[in-house]
Amino acid sequence: MHVYLARRLLLVIPTLIGVSIIVFMLVRLLPGDAVTMLLQEYNYGKDADELRAKLGLDRPMYIQYFDWVGGVVRGDLGTSLRSKGPVADELVNRMPVTAELGVIAMLVGLAIALPVGIIAAIRQDTWSDYLGRSVAIGLLAIPGFWLGTLVVTLPSVWWGWTPPLRYTRLLDDPLKNLGHVVIPAIILGLALSGTLMRLTRAQMLEVLRQDFVRTASAKGLNERAVVVRHALKNAFIPVLTLLGLQVSILVGGTVVLESVFVLPGMGRYLLEAVQYRDYPVIQALNLIFATVIVLANLLVDLLYGWLDPRVRYQ
Amino acid sequence: MSAVLDVVTPDVPISGRRPSRIGWARWVRNFVARKPLGAIGAVLVLLLLLVAAAAPALSPYPYDVGDAAVRLQGPSLAHPFGTDANGRDMLSRIIWGAQVSVTVGFGAVAISTLLAVTVGIVSGYFGGWIDLVVQRLVDIWISFPALVLLISLVAVAGPGLWSVTFILGILLAPGTSRVVRSAVISIRHLPYIESASCIGAGHTRVILKYVLPNVLAPIIVLATVQLGTAILAESTLSFLGYGVPPPHPAWGGMLSGTGRAFMLQSPWLSIWPGLAISLAVFGFNMLGDALRDELDPRLRGSR
Repeated sequence: MHVYLARRLLLVIPTLIGVSIIVFMLVRLLPGDAVTMLLQEYNYGKDADELRAKLGLDRPMYIQYFDWVGGVVRGDLGTSLRSKGPVADELVNRMPVTAELGVIAMLVGLAIALPVGIIAAIRQDTWSDYLGRSVAIGLLAIPGFWLGTLVVTLPSVWWGWTPPLRYTRLLDDPLKNLGHVVIPAIILGLALSGTLMRLTRAQMLEVLRQDFVRTASAKGLNERAVVVRHALKNAFIPVLTLLGLQVSILVGGTVVLESVFVLPGMGRYLLEAVQYRDYPVIQALNLIFATVIVLANLLVDLLYGWLDPRVRYQ
Repeated sequence: MSAVLDVVTPDVPISGRRPSRIGWARWVRNFVARKPLGAIGAVLVLLLLLVAAAAPALSPYPYDVGDAAVRLQGPSLAHPFGTDANGRDMLSRIIWGAQVSVTVGFGAVAISTLLAVTVGIVSGYFGGWIDLVVQRLVDIWISFPALVLLISLVAVAGPGLWSVTFILGILLAPGTSRVVRSAVISIRHLPYIESASCIGAGHTRVILKYVLPNVLAPIIVLATVQLGTAILAESTLSFLGYGVPPPHPAWGGMLSGTGRAFMLQSPWLSIWPGLAISLAVFGFNMLGDALRDELDPRLRGSR
C-alpha cells in the first residue's frame, strides 16, 4: 500500500508543474497589442510600462514563472486588475459557494444514478430497464443552461413564481441558502447522473454474472444482501473512477449554473474576469480548477487502492 | 505502393462487387430492426445535416433581418415558431443555427480526431519512453476543465467561428487519444502486425495499413458521440456569450441572458433552441451507442 501511495503521489508532481506552465503561458499568449487595449478600454494603469510591470511582462520569462509559482505556493494568487485587490481574498468568499453547489450536485447525481442503475441491471430488458436507459440518454442530451433557463422563466410565466435570485450565505441562514443552491444543484446532478447510471448498470450486469455472486445466492443470502454487499461493492469501483473524471464536467457546469442562477461563486468570477479581460484572475482560476481536478483524481485513485486490494499489490 | 503485399492481404472480398452492395442494403435493414433507437438517432442526424446543408433553400425568412411589426409573436401560419424581440422569424433562425452547429461540430471533431489518432497511435505503437512522456502530457491536458479553459482561451484569442472550432477540437482530443492508445496496445503484438514488420514493412506502412484499420471502430464510435459533445459545448459557450458571435444565429446564443426578459413575454423563445440542441445531441448519442454495439462483436445482440 505504501509503495502504491508513494508512486501515485509522485505522479501528481509533474502533472501539477505542467498545469502551472500551461496556465502561465495562457496570459503570455496574448497578442502584442493587448496591453494597449487593456489601457484604452479598461483603464488598467497609467501607461503601457506600468501595466506590463503589473502583469509581470517586463522581465525574462523564466524569472516571471518562478516568481509567479513562488507566490502561488505562499498563497499569493496575484492581484486583480479590476478590483486592485488580491485574488486570494476574493476566492475565500467565492470558493464555498462553488464547493457547496458541486458537492450537492454530486450527491444528487449518485442518489439518482445508483438506484436506477441497479434496478435497470437486475431487471435487464424489462420496461423499467428501457425507461431508465432512455431517461439517462435523454439527460445527457439536455443542456444544463436550457433546463436552468426554463426553470427561471416558465414557472414565472405560468404561476408568477421565480427561484430566489438574491444569494444568502450558508452561515447566515442555512435554510435560505439551501433553497437557493438546491435547484441549480439538482440540474447539475441530473446531467452527471446520465453517465453514472449507464456505467452502474453495465458494471452491475457484469458483476451479477460472476461466480461469487452465485455463491452468495447459493449460501442463502437474500437478494438485497447479494446486490448491495457483494455485487454493488465490486461494481462501484469503476463508477468511482468515472465520478473522479466527472469533476471536470462538474466544474464546467458550475460556471454555467452560477451564471443562470446568479450565484456569487468561482464560475461567475471567471465570467466576470473574462468580460473585463482581468488576466491575473483568469490565470488564478484556471490554476485552481485544474488543481482541484488533479487532486480529485488522486483521491479517487487512493480510494481505489483502499477499496480494491488487488490494486495495491500490482 | 507495392502490389505484392496487397495481394497477400486483400481489402475487398474476392467475390467482387455485387454481393457487397446487396449486403449494404441488408445491413441497413437489419440495423433498423435490431437497433430501433439507433435508427432514430441516425434519422435525427441525417435531418440535422440536411437542414444545415439546405438552410438557404429551407428558411422562409432571412435570419438577421426582422420585421418590427411582428415582434415577439407566438406560433402562427406565417411564423410557425413565432418571432423574436427583433421580429425575426424563429424557424429561419433555428434552420440557420443548424449550420453553425454542424460547422463547429464537424470541424472540431475532425481536428480532435486527427490529433487524438496521431497522439494515440504514436504513444501506443512505439511504447517505452515515448509513451511515458506523451502520456504525462496527456495527463496535464486532461486535467483542465474543458469549459473553463475554453472560455479563457476564447477570451485570449477572441471569439469567432473558427477560433471556437479550433480550440474545441484541441480540448476534445485527450480523451479519444487515451482510447486509441489502449486499442493500439491491445493489437500491437498480435501475429499479423509482427508478420508485417517481419516481411519488411516500415513503421509508417504498418501503422497505416495494419494498425489504423483495426482501431477504426472505436474511433468512429467516439467521433460520433463527440459530435454531440461538441455541439453541446459550442451551444454552452454561445449561451455564455463567448461562442460564435452574433451575426451567426447560434442556438446557444438565442437562449442567452439578454433574451431572458423577452422569454417572459414569449415563452416560445426559450423552447425551440433548447429543443433543437437536445435533439441533435440525442441523435448523435443514440447513433454512437448503436454503432458501438454493432462494431463490437461482444456487445452484438444487446438492444
